[in-house]
Amino acid sequence: MANQHDTTTTGDAAADSQWPLWEVFLQPPKGEPHQHAGSVHATTAEQALQNARDVYSRRGEAVSIWVVPSVAITASTPEDMGPFFDPGNDKPYRHPQFYKVPRGVRVF
Amino acid sequence: MTAPLFVHLLRLADDRLVLGHRTSEWCGHGPILEEDIALANIALDQIGEASLFLKLAGALEGQERDEDALAYFREAIDYRNALLVELPNGDFGFTIVRQFFFSVFSLLQMRALKSSTNQDLAGIAAKAEKEATYHVRHCAQWVVTLGDGTAESHARAQAAVDELWRYTGELFLADDIDREVAAAGVGVDPSTLQSEWSAQVGRVLREATLTTPDVKFMQRGGRAGKHTEHLGHMLSEMQILARSHPGATW
Repeated sequence: MANQHDTTTTGDAAADSQWPLWEVFLQPPKGEPHQHAGSVHATTAEQALQNARDVYSRRGEAVSIWVVPSVAITASTPEDMGPFFDPGNDKPYRHPQFYKVPRGVRVF
Repeated sequence: MTAPLFVHLLRLADDRLVLGHRTSEWCGHGPILEEDIALANIALDQIGEASLFLKLAGALEGQERDEDALAYFREAIDYRNALLVELPNGDFGFTIVRQFFFSVFSLLQMRALKSSTNQDLAGIAAKAEKEATYHVRHCAQWVVTLGDGTAESHARAQAAVDELWRYTGELFLADDIDREVAAAGVGVDPSTLQSEWSAQVGRVLREATLTTPDVKFMQRGGRAGKHTEHLGHMLSEMQILARSHPGATW
């Protein structure tokens, strides 16, 4: 198992006597990007991959699986809501619809 | 050819039906939710394979016995599985080591059976090979995790290997039936799989820091219908619903 991830330092997971948690991302068969499917417990990356397969992709849901240690994910918090996301609302030029398409291009 | 192939199919089916039922006994008792689901998946794969083999056997026999009749209305003495698969589950280590031993065998067997001149048989083998490939991967990972784990998990895994080893020889015993179907290009002579099985199993046991037992005496009897007392008890539980309500559907 070459790509074993070292999970011995995941203090939170060890504290509640559960195995470390991994987030599971599946790529649907049609080639869309990987999407978050849920999470599994596992002690190694290989085990996480197998558990993800057994729990989330038994009915042909995926052609590829990613597993990521949950502790490796840094998430925004509810307090970030305002400063992170609100300022975009008054900047319509960030949307492509803001721009007029030149007549020469419009024929396409 | 019909009679030997029928028995050959029963052996293929019964190994998987009995082990599938044993593995299904873990449902709701797995060490964690994810492994509970994994074991149930493996159980269902094997019961599904058994169902296909039995259906084929029933059609070949021509006595109007379908897969349910063959699964639920045969006595232990008519079952042709190896003794290995009928032993009670024991602890998780025992279950995993047994499943690993069988799945490596099954993978090699299905790979060989894919080139059967019987198209139905070759088709089932192609499907079962993919499933067995995953079973081997899952169980090998666990054998290494347990063997190369804590002192207790190592001791339990080694105890399972030591206890189960004497039941592995029967998997590779070939009789006239096996030789006849193999010679006809329809079936597989199990004795041809032994050296590859030993090599693959040996590699994983070494990685798991487990010792391969030096045991010469091997148990046998299941292929001829001589079973341990455990099979009858298991079948009584497995068959009671179908026998209490013949023809019931749900």
